[in-house]
Amino acid sequence: MNGSPFTLLANNSVSAVMLKVMAALIPGIIAHAWFFGPGIWVSLLLCSALGIGLETLALLMRARPLGPALKDGSVLVTAWLLALSLPTLAPWWLYALGMLFAVVVAKHLYGGFGQNPFNPAMVAYAALIVSFPVYMTQWPAPVGVAPHGVGLGEALDLVFAGQGGISPDAYTAATALDTWKTQIRMGKPVADILALPAFGWGGGRAQELVALMYLFGGLLLLANRVITWHIPVAFLSGLALTASLLHAMNPAQHAGPVLHLLSGGAMLGAFFIATDPVSAASTPRGKLIFAGLAGLITVLIRNFGGYPDGVAFAILLMNVAAPFIDAYTQPRVFGHKPGREDRT
Amino acid sequence: MERQPRKLFHFHGGVRLDEHKAESNASPIRPMPLLARYVVPLRQHIGTPARALVCVGDTVLRGQVIGAAEGYVSTAVHAPTSGRVTAIEPRAVPHPSGLYDLAVVIEADGEDRAVDPRPLDWPHMDPSALRNRIREMGLAGLGGAVFPSYIKLNPGAPREGAGAIHTLILNGAECEPWITCDDRLMRERAGEVLQGARIMAHMLGVRRILVGVETNKPEALAALRQAADEVTEIVAVPARYPGGGGKQLTYTLTGVEVPAGGLSTDVGIQVFNVGTAYGLYRAVVQGEPLVSRIVTVTGHVARPGNYEARIGTCIHDLLAAAGGCLEGANGEIVGGPMMGFELMDRDAPVTKAVNCVIVKSPVLFPPKPEALPCFRCGACAQACPVQLQPFEMYWYSRTRDFGKAQAYKLFDCIECGCCSYVCPSHIPLVDFFRFAKSEIWERERENQAADQARARHEFRTFRLEREKQEKAEKFAKAAAAAKAKAAAGDPADPEAAKKKAILDAALARAAKAKEEMAAAGIAPKNVDNLPPRVEKEIAEIETRRARVPHPGQEDPHD
Repeated sequence: MNGSPFTLLANNSVSAVMLKVMAALIPGIIAHAWFFGPGIWVSLLLCSALGIGLETLALLMRARPLGPALKDGSVLVTAWLLALSLPTLAPWWLYALGMLFAVVVAKHLYGGFGQNPFNPAMVAYAALIVSFPVYMTQWPAPVGVAPHGVGLGEALDLVFAGQGGISPDAYTAATALDTWKTQIRMGKPVADILALPAFGWGGGRAQELVALMYLFGGLLLLANRVITWHIPVAFLSGLALTASLLHAMNPAQHAGPVLHLLSGGAMLGAFFIATDPVSAASTPRGKLIFAGLAGLITVLIRNFGGYPDGVAFAILLMNVAAPFIDAYTQPRVFGHKPGREDRT
Repeated sequence: MERQPRKLFHFHGGVRLDEHKAESNASPIRPMPLLARYVVPLRQHIGTPARALVCVGDTVLRGQVIGAAEGYVSTAVHAPTSGRVTAIEPRAVPHPSGLYDLAVVIEADGEDRAVDPRPLDWPHMDPSALRNRIREMGLAGLGGAVFPSYIKLNPGAPREGAGAIHTLILNGAECEPWITCDDRLMRERAGEVLQGARIMAHMLGVRRILVGVETNKPEALAALRQAADEVTEIVAVPARYPGGGGKQLTYTLTGVEVPAGGLSTDVGIQVFNVGTAYGLYRAVVQGEPLVSRIVTVTGHVARPGNYEARIGTCIHDLLAAAGGCLEGANGEIVGGPMMGFELMDRDAPVTKAVNCVIVKSPVLFPPKPEALPCFRCGACAQACPVQLQPFEMYWYSRTRDFGKAQAYKLFDCIECGCCSYVCPSHIPLVDFFRFAKSEIWERERENQAADQARARHEFRTFRLEREKQEKAEKFAKAAAAAKAKAAAGDPADPEAAKKKAILDAALARAAKAKEEMAAAGIAPKNVDNLPPRVEKEIAEIETRRARVPHPGQEDPHD
């Protein structure tokens, strides 16, 4: 070992990367709090605290040093992504179970940071939506649409003391994707569906603006070179192309690309979840295939599957394929001829 | 001279670094004072070390050959001043291992007398003779690779499938931070550098010389342009590390990729460092062998700058000439901060490979943070100038799955350090790759040794068998001849007939004895009729043998 290079890039660390990701989430979070009430702060804080606690516990059980792993900040990113994926104002144990799945099962059982084949937050999301479908659809309605606006005190009450006080009907509403799915099944015409309060000018009411804020945050990540363009562009293109194609084939059944792009987890998934480097494909061409197919599968699940949104399942499915995709999309090494070569 | 600006090509990855050139490039090259002692290693180049031509006690002159080139890949080593050889022994050398190597120690007599310079009439010399002279002048690549230059100046025998050499590239990129020896050389001695390049072009038979210099050296670019002629094109290339790597610079200037595992000559291009061109000028035009080079001394020293140091100058003397290290210095780097190595011993001398000594301090070179796990962020792959996937190579190097590491083109890694530099987890990736490469080489050596042993054994078996057969054939032939002779009853040889009669009689006696024994029921066997003591011993041995496990029945988990 001769020690070179002797200099390293300044202000560059795992925690710096994670902090940049969290900072890029903040515009979306603020929009969320603005349109859906302060409940999001409760779930963010709760998930963060649970994340740190569970990470510590897992490290202690694995007899690993606490310092480096806690300082890297990766568990906070997982916590925030899960908090933003789960309905706000759900009971505390739902978040706790989710974080347990994310941190202990999806991350540490596979060897901890950098070893997880699946995105931890999406594993937790999938486990919860399969186990508790009712809780998972109770999203707060946008402020002004809901008959009852939930303040911070009430939010704490709802999360920690149970939902005895007020009926969920008073403050939740079906999401745009959910509404579309149920209404289409009931045979309602598209024009009538889109006139329902769940829909805004492009996607879900208010949700569309949160999605645009996630897009903005994602562009910040791109500008800061935390992510490359490949995954978000391929994901959103795959999603929009598939949605357009299906919409063109049967507009009475399938929503158009704008609704797909601006509803559900599309933007969050494109910039913050599918881009998780540990579980995504990592070669340039591999990223395009990985994310393009994830976008396609998302729409297929949304339009033909049993769940209103498909981002989590699509990304998890492609996580499985990522190592395989990487193996077949290795870039041409300098000085080597194009195409597959025998090893020398 | 008006020219279309050359179209430049962009190699993948690379990093922009803090240049730290200003510390040392402001003042002119300073000559070092004559020192009392020089330590001249015999191994200063790639290939076979030079063979010592002097003995302890010999007096030498500056420029006298003290080590002769030995074998093809080798070059000579010269005395840096006049004086007396006081030792030829292993000494500290600038090498990452810190191991000692054979060196000639010369006590200077202070007179600095030189051998008579022998300028060469290079335009009219036989190319082969010229190359041989350059070999004797000790010229090796001064960019750091120290490959014997005379070999690279041979235009003949291009590799199969390669055409003739058409372009000479002079590498003045100097992409590593801190180093400015080439910068100062080009500023101050541009004419000599280009004169050296013209000799190279003449020897290689090329009509085009490209000089690549990074844009951060405007003075050097201007000086070179001033000195350039119509076949020489001075090209400013972007300052992006490792733009001065031979293959990277070739690509930037020509868009041609040197094939993996190949040489630039495979694509008709030869690359030399500007310092080597200058050394060639000195050797050929002025007739002086390579006894000095320019070394950047920079970092945490009192008087950073460039010093013209004789080969063999101990690094502590060099540091002293630069005013000594400042308070808080904690070690030296030989070479640049990206690819250099930690100096183990300041007694080690300046060799032909030493282009820079950087004195470290905790402020200039902060300790590296603890490494965290890789999370496949891909920053390394984006920075890799060879477009490797370092995180995959790291994964397999760490788990010692060297076959997989090689499948990810481990041996295309040029160890430039870009991946380690950008890694947010601070993983010393290049160290892992060096480790993997050396492990693979070691295994290869072992395999080769085993193959050789097997081949030797097989040949020996074959040879013994063959000899046995030959012997048998020879005997058979001789016997046949004798028989034929006997049958002929050679009357001319009564001696033979007598011998034969004796032999026949003996055979008949033996046959008779055997018959008698058979009739008596006695089998000729040496274990019969043994004394009881011996019988007992045999029985004991047999029981012991029965207890010993049979090789085929050993525990498979053993």
